[in-house]
Amino acid sequence: MSALLDVRGLRKSFGTTEILRGIDFSVAARELVFIIGPSGSGKSTMLRCCNRLEEPTAGQVIVDGVDLMAPGIDINAMRRQIGMVFQAFNLYPHMTALGNVTLALRKVLGKSRDEAEAIGRAALDRVGLKEKAPSYPSELSGGQQQRVAIARALALEPKIMLFDEPTSALDPELVGAVLGVMRDLKASGMTMVVVSHEMRFARDAADRIVFMAEGQILEQGTPAEIFGNPQLPRTRDFVGELSR
Amino acid sequence: MTGLERFQDAFLKPELIARYWPDILSGVAVTLQIAVAVVITGLALGLVLAVIRSYRSRLANAPIIVFVDMFRALPPLVAILIVYFGLPNLGINISGFAVLWLVLSLVLAAFAEEIFWSGIVSVRKGQWEAARSTGLSHWQTMTSVILPQAIRICVPPLTNRTIAVTKNTALGTVIGVGEIMNEGTSAMSLSGNATPLMMAAVAYILIFVPVVALGSWIERRFAWKRA
Repeated sequence: MSALLDVRGLRKSFGTTEILRGIDFSVAARELVFIIGPSGSGKSTMLRCCNRLEEPTAGQVIVDGVDLMAPGIDINAMRRQIGMVFQAFNLYPHMTALGNVTLALRKVLGKSRDEAEAIGRAALDRVGLKEKAPSYPSELSGGQQQRVAIARALALEPKIMLFDEPTSALDPELVGAVLGVMRDLKASGMTMVVVSHEMRFARDAADRIVFMAEGQILEQGTPAEIFGNPQLPRTRDFVGELSR
Repeated sequence: MTGLERFQDAFLKPELIARYWPDILSGVAVTLQIAVAVVITGLALGLVLAVIRSYRSRLANAPIIVFVDMFRALPPLVAILIVYFGLPNLGINISGFAVLWLVLSLVLAAFAEEIFWSGIVSVRKGQWEAARSTGLSHWQTMTSVILPQAIRICVPPLTNRTIAVTKNTALGTVIGVGEIMNEGTSAMSLSGNATPLMMAAVAYILIFVPVVALGSWIERRFAWKRA
């Protein structure tokens, strides 16, 4: 099976500090890959390079056979195939939940308002928030906001979804509903890359765990391998720290 | 004559009010025309410059910053005199009205650019990232996501600055534009009485108080609860 996302020799420097020091990593269709590692290891930067929100210093990012780094690439056309969910939700505060979900459908895909709203309502329904369509972000809980943000990405029918610490800004009692939506997505066959500290979820739902430290991938494997029998002392320490 | 009568005689003489109100009124018409023209072109140019600046091209930004700093530093009176007396030497003859409009538009644009720009940068970076990650272009993100949030933040300082700059239409008096101040001071010289000046003052208040009210109305209009 060919990779849906293929990252090759990815490097990223901020000034003289090298954050990513040569990442090779690929994700197959329908796979859920979890990226773990200590803070500052470059997990989020790596994820953000996958849709060029962060400009890689070197390397290739290939999504469904298209190199995002190729000169003359229509990055906006590629980005709508790559859904992204952020730690801070980043909903548009001046628009309703439905407005948030339909903006790109109308502006990017050129759908009519009626068509966009039908798709938008269906996307909100998928995250269990159909009745919140007319609510503004300020009227929603953090967990609901994050589910709207997932619906916003989902409405564009992306080929892959990137989650950047989607539950880190949530109160513990709100995490469950967001993870539930992610579980449903996984069941529906969505390809997902998740940066997160939700280790229980990683253990249950992930197909593969990638352990990063200091801008490199040190070890990867199934949850059973990484959590049960880590090969490197670094991984062992990190996983041990988490399960305490 | 009591003090009050003396004051009335010098500042609020009924027969002078009767004689000069048509002059003041024509001044009001001119002031309004210039003010409206300055507000439209000044704010529009300021917004355009701020949006251009958001593309962060060094080539475009250097001249914008030079322009903005220059017109914020320069007293409008100096700019008006230079343009009014300088342009004819270059073979360009434009009316005092046009000079006043041009200079005040540029001054307002300079301040407005800074205000719009500070509004744009105050919108959280995550808003850009969310919009761009769904495939919106820079321009689409700017118009649909960033500006609606930025402009709301900008309304109070913009209202203040707009009033401050449009009040400078009074400087038109030094280059012979028949606006309120010009009509008022001419009438004052002719009559040897300050009543026309008081009339001018009342006219300014009548023009600008509604502008202040409009500003706070827009502020309420643009309000939405923050996330």
